[in-house]
Amino acid sequence: MAKLHVSTTINGEPMEFLCEPNDTMLDALRGPLGLTGSKEGCSSGDCGACSITLNERLVCSCLMLAAEAEGQDLGTIEGMAQGEKLHPLQQKFLEMAALQCGICTSGMLVASDALLRKNPRPSEEEVRFWLAGNLCRCTGYDKIVRAVLETAAEMREAAQ
Amino acid sequence: MTELRYFAPRTLDEAIGAFAAGGSAARILAGGTDLLVQMRSGAVKPGLIVDIKKIAEMTAIEETADGGFRIGAAVTGAVLAEHPRFGKVWPGVLEAVNLIGSKQVQGRASAGGNLCNGSPAGDSVPAMIAAGAVVTVQGPNGRREMRVEEVPAGPGRTKLKPGEILLSFTLPPRPPGSGDAYLRMIPRTEMDIAVVGLGVGLTLKDGVCTAARVGLGAVAPTALLVEPAAQALIGSKLDDAALEKAAAACRAACRPIDDKRGTIVYRTKVAGVLLKRTARVAAERALQNRGN
Repeated sequence: MAKLHVSTTINGEPMEFLCEPNDTMLDALRGPLGLTGSKEGCSSGDCGACSITLNERLVCSCLMLAAEAEGQDLGTIEGMAQGEKLHPLQQKFLEMAALQCGICTSGMLVASDALLRKNPRPSEEEVRFWLAGNLCRCTGYDKIVRAVLETAAEMREAAQ
Repeated sequence: MTELRYFAPRTLDEAIGAFAAGGSAARILAGGTDLLVQMRSGAVKPGLIVDIKKIAEMTAIEETADGGFRIGAAVTGAVLAEHPRFGKVWPGVLEAVNLIGSKQVQGRASAGGNLCNGSPAGDSVPAMIAAGAVVTVQGPNGRREMRVEEVPAGPGRTKLKPGEILLSFTLPPRPPGSGDAYLRMIPRTEMDIAVVGLGVGLTLKDGVCTAARVGLGAVAPTALLVEPAAQALIGSKLDDAALEKAAAACRAACRPIDDKRGTIVYRTKVAGVLLKRTARVAAERALQNRGN
């Protein structure tokens, strides 16, 4: 059976790939596109390890068909750093040890970035609610939440 | 294995033609947050997926000429939350839609999908019932309207006819002094499925309730409109006696199951508790809306 040809934009770059009709966007990212930063955890939208942005909105790539990417604008963890320069969230996660095994980390970062773009001054409660769809079995969340809050504060300062 | 075809038409006519031709193997894709999980688990093996999101009508939010709202079936929770007016006029409907899943799920999931998925515990359904929302559906035999409470037929089933597609929800204009609210009982604070969900929409005039609707979810095979609860509120000042009478009506409407989320006894009791709490929140909002 003929594969579907999909033209899309990922991290600002035009991209094309072939997929089966029942492939998820996560399958396409990790397969033909070779973007393996998005992780597969539950494959049912519960864990957030596969978080990406679709037209600047946070979504689970496991709950999206690859075919749906046609003509859309996607953002993945691979687009977060500027070359060798880490995004402030990435830098802060490292400094504050807000990760252990790392499987949830790219989803946590993509989700946190989506939060800070929408709300540069989140409360701790807002961070915890926003990240409720990102599961981490290692850190107990506290370091992650503190890293996001501290990054937000530093980014606000830098913007002044 | 059945071959799957993906089709993303730009017009409603194309969608209806393809969906009807696809028969029982065809599925509508809005946000996919239920469909893709069902496909993955093997519960559903579609031969055709009709993605409706390229049809403008399906993703539009419009204020109608009479002051109501028309929400396309595939409008996501995140988009609805960003609308400048919707959440001010229908805060209860918005809070119900925004309780569906995580932020990631909110980026995709829609009230249309929540209703058509047919779960008795879908959060937006009792709120839409309380709002008096009407859905427009269209199939090969034309367009018709149904009240939201008429749509669910049982767990996983709706009364849409073969080939019919849900297009939109229409919410009526709000008189001054109106408010709505939705509360659900879950054992944690986020990302869970309702043990009980309850929506109230009401209008107050000089402190007296002049109109009310009560929607109740997760306590019967479908979400319910509880008319006797509304009747207990209408004509009252929402005093303790009236609220208790309405709570009793909600308890009486329950036909729940025992499951891991809650027992029959617990769900029934909570239905009454939620009626009182939700009606109070709706009444506070109604008092704030006297001037509009």
